[in-house]
Amino acid sequence: MSAQRMLLSGNHAVSHAVRLARPSVIPVYPITPQTPILEQITEFLAKGEMAAEVMTMESEHSAMAAAITASLTGARVFTATASQGLLLMHEMLHWAAGARAPIVMANVNRTVGSPWGFWPDQTDSLAQRDVGWIQYYCENGQESHDTVLQAFRVAEQVLLPAMVIHEAFYVSHAMEAIRLVSQDQVDRYLPPFNPPHRLDPERPESIGNTVLQGMFQRHRRDMGQAMDGVLEIAARADRELAQLTGRGYGVVERYRCEGADFVIATMGSMAGTAREAVDELRREGASVGLLKVKLFRPFPVQGIRDALSGVPKVMVLDRNFAPGTGGVLFQELKAALYGARRAPEVHGYLAGVGGTSISPAAIKAMVDCALAEEPSACSVWKG
Amino acid sequence: MNYQIAEQRVFNPGHAACPGCHVALAMRFVLNTLGPDTIAVVPPSCIAIIAGPQPLSSMRIPVYQTTLEASAASAAGIKRALVAKGNHHTNVVAIAGDGGTYDIGFQALSSAAERNEDIIYVCLDNEGYMNTGSQKSSATPSRAYTTSTPSGKPTPKKNVAEIMAAHNIPYMATATTGYPDDLARKVARARDMKGGLRFIVVLTPCLDGWGIADDDGPKTSRLAVESGIFPLYEVENGNRYTLNHGPEGAPLAGYLARQQRYGHLSPADVEFLQAEVDRNWERLQAKFGSATGAAIKGG
Ligand SMILES: Cc1ncc(C[n+]2csc(CCOP(=O)(O)OP(=O)(O)O)c2C)c(N)n1
Ligand code: SF4
Ligand SMILES: [Mg+2]
Repeated sequence: MSAQRMLLSGNHAVSHAVRLARPSVIPVYPITPQTPILEQITEFLAKGEMAAEVMTMESEHSAMAAAITASLTGARVFTATASQGLLLMHEMLHWAAGARAPIVMANVNRTVGSPWGFWPDQTDSLAQRDVGWIQYYCENGQESHDTVLQAFRVAEQVLLPAMVIHEAFYVSHAMEAIRLVSQDQVDRYLPPFNPPHRLDPERPESIGNTVLQGMFQRHRRDMGQAMDGVLEIAARADRELAQLTGRGYGVVERYRCEGADFVIATMGSMAGTAREAVDELRREGASVGLLKVKLFRPFPVQGIRDALSGVPKVMVLDRNFAPGTGGVLFQELKAALYGARRAPEVHGYLAGVGGTSISPAAIKAMVDCALAEEPSACSVWKG
Repeated sequence: MNYQIAEQRVFNPGHAACPGCHVALAMRFVLNTLGPDTIAVVPPSCIAIIAGPQPLSSMRIPVYQTTLEASAASAAGIKRALVAKGNHHTNVVAIAGDGGTYDIGFQALSSAAERNEDIIYVCLDNEGYMNTGSQKSSATPSRAYTTSTPSGKPTPKKNVAEIMAAHNIPYMATATTGYPDDLARKVARARDMKGGLRFIVVLTPCLDGWGIADDDGPKTSRLAVESGIFPLYEVENGNRYTLNHGPEGAPLAGYLARQQRYGHLSPADVEFLQAEVDRNWERLQAKFGSATGAAIKGG
């Protein structure tokens, strides 16, 4: 079957991927700008284009609670959220990872209150960096569509939950021509979910009971090992999907980094803008490249070291803000490079926090600024 | 009392409850009545301690220990996954304390009831947060001492039975361990009914939290019914009320006097509580009269 091409928003690109992945339980709770993902899914169900138990929960906390047990009972589970909803889930996000429930969830990055806002900002999901979920940041609707499928494949192999993340409006509501993976390809790519342990009266096993210190530590080490394995499994899942569709992303992407003496590092939709800035700068004769971090958890330390060792200057653009430490990618990237041979100077700029629009011209101005300045230890506000 | 239960050994001895604990007793009646084709969800509570630490379990069925506020959502998730896989027979039961039901878990429970999820929810009500050392919950009755209400609780017990009945769920029942036949019958009824949310709130005396002797649970439980502070009844579909065991004229003072949590009460307090019980009973009694179905004294 040939690949179908449709004009879709980033959110609906996710919904189509979910339909193709055939989850059997989907707890839902609305929040802007995620709502269209779940609305489109319930429409597929109403039209008989997919079959699943939909649970119309009273909160995201309960949506995640139900997602976890459905997954532990052996169902493939999907849900989606954003912002306040993701934060309300926080306790259950840890729980899902600890219970080793390979749920896939889309999160649409939106500012976190107070005050209220509806704008693209990655602070909501970056604040969940320590909960034990795999995190993928997507640049556009096509990438989100493909990544949902990768996420199911990876999560179910390592038994850890995975979040597929794109930003409010810039990606969630922007219309693009999306190439859908065909059902036939997806069925080959995603075997039915068949976990080794599950809640089943035929094989009584308890999950979640109190444990002693040593058992708790072993449990955490097991989770760590599973998470460490994700780097390779995610890279393979990306290659395998690329073999079917011709589209691959890598866990990190190096764009025009050959011989670069300056690299811009960022995540999500900002990578698209930075790509244009890089093209212009290259046209103007500057040797500037882009490093896009797609997989943020586990953090691809080696991939980042390989990409940036020997580059004189790196500029990190963070569309997120952690008061007291600044940009999250800036911190993580510096930590990854610390002790690496020929580590670059790293400039950290807060750009687009709160959803302000950052143009390619603005990024070029930041590059000029970074070239002229000594790097600061702290993130610097740029707009 | 000559109670006979078919011991299916779903619930087993050797657990860590205080000797004489009525939460453990209720678990025995509930689980052995539900039988082995059951998955249980348990939030933090004395129930979780009694269920056992990993790798031990007092329950020979799959047990999922969840977070304090999520029991109903967790149970519903299991049931929906079973249905998605074509299993329509396995019982899914949440067994939660009063704190996990009346307070922090109420939002999830109310929603599961509104969605009429096909689960059984049993609240083992010992009228306080006992696992954390006997603090007040909204199930704690007026004037009772807890460590967070040292001069007695100023407000009355939340009426969870009526609130749940008002969700128009297929089955709501009150029960207590001093009436094991009645409790087991209600659990069996909930089990056999299938379809929709079935809720049973079981008054379970806590020796430590209530300040009663190890062997005084059964008598205390029976006096709760005979004095009218905890009448035993059932409600089907929110409107068909059946009284099983109502007050039998036992003065409330006798019930209060055996419990140290009421040791500080003045005669005026006792009178105040008796008036509250009388008022509540009067209000409830009217429902048996005006219900759509006949008010039968079921066995
Ligand atoms: C979110 C959260 N807050 C607080 C606690 C601490 N906690 C554990 S058990 C418990 C009391 C539960 O009381 P109840 O449901 O009545 O059960 P009981 O211990 O009386 O059997 C509390 C507050 C917790 N586990 N989770
Ligand atoms: S504290 Fe009370 S409810 Fe908990 S085990 Fe002891 S007697 Fe039972
Ligand atoms: Mg309690």
